[in-house]
Amino acid sequence: MSNNAEVELKLPVIPDIELSATKTAEVISKHMNLSEEKTGEISMAIIESCINAFEHSKTKEIYIHFIVSAKKLTIKVRDKGIGFDKSKVEIPNIENKLHKDERKRGWGLQLITELMDTVEYDSDETGTTVTMTKKREDNE
Amino acid sequence: MSDTIKNVEEKNGVIIISTSGYFNNVAGDDVLDVFNEKVESGSKNFLIDMNDSKVVNSIGVSILIEIIEKLQEIDGKMAFTNLAGIVEKTFNIMGITKYCEIYDSVDSGVEKLS
Repeated sequence: MSNNAEVELKLPVIPDIELSATKTAEVISKHMNLSEEKTGEISMAIIESCINAFEHSKTKEIYIHFIVSAKKLTIKVRDKGIGFDKSKVEIPNIENKLHKDERKRGWGLQLITELMDTVEYDSDETGTTVTMTKKREDNE
Repeated sequence: MSDTIKNVEEKNGVIIISTSGYFNNVAGDDVLDVFNEKVESGSKNFLIDMNDSKVVNSIGVSILIEIIEKLQEIDGKMAFTNLAGIVEKTFNIMGITKYCEIYDSVDSGVEKLS
């Protein structure tokens, strides 16, 4: 795999299929000499992106695009669903979820934001694309 | 046992639940079922051994928040051991570690909880 390699996956909505994307991420991370810590962060961010897409897009498949470059790994998770308004997504806080009727879930975007170096959301009524990057250190 | 729960045992009054595989909604619900059953029989202290669960998702972990909520009502405790780095980081981001300790081994967890 060269420094400018690309990998594309098309995943149907079936239970735990996101793990096939994390396996791909592990292979790419290893090729890029990314640390175990970064590999774990990338995998977790992919899992959460897939779950969000599966749950909210109301589509039957999602697309994951890995783009390897000399400086970073870019991952795009795309669905052709109904879109969402990120401004309406509240930042979760465990204190607000304990002993209240509030649902305990809703952590996906927060996890992705904290685990990746950059995250961008592009969403409208034709679908959503989450673009996230993990930088490569000089020694990687 | 189920695919997601490898073992459940009691040591010095601590219920040790050892999970297996991807800690998703199914695994979270399975842990919750064991927890509810043990609380029903009077147990209050729980140690979750995640040595064989190196991958989690937020839906599974959010079920642990339900357990924390119930433990607060009965003055019980839950702790974790053998966490992969990314799992511990996920627990930190979600605030689980504000309410639950993390121990290096089953033995140290049992010692602190009992």
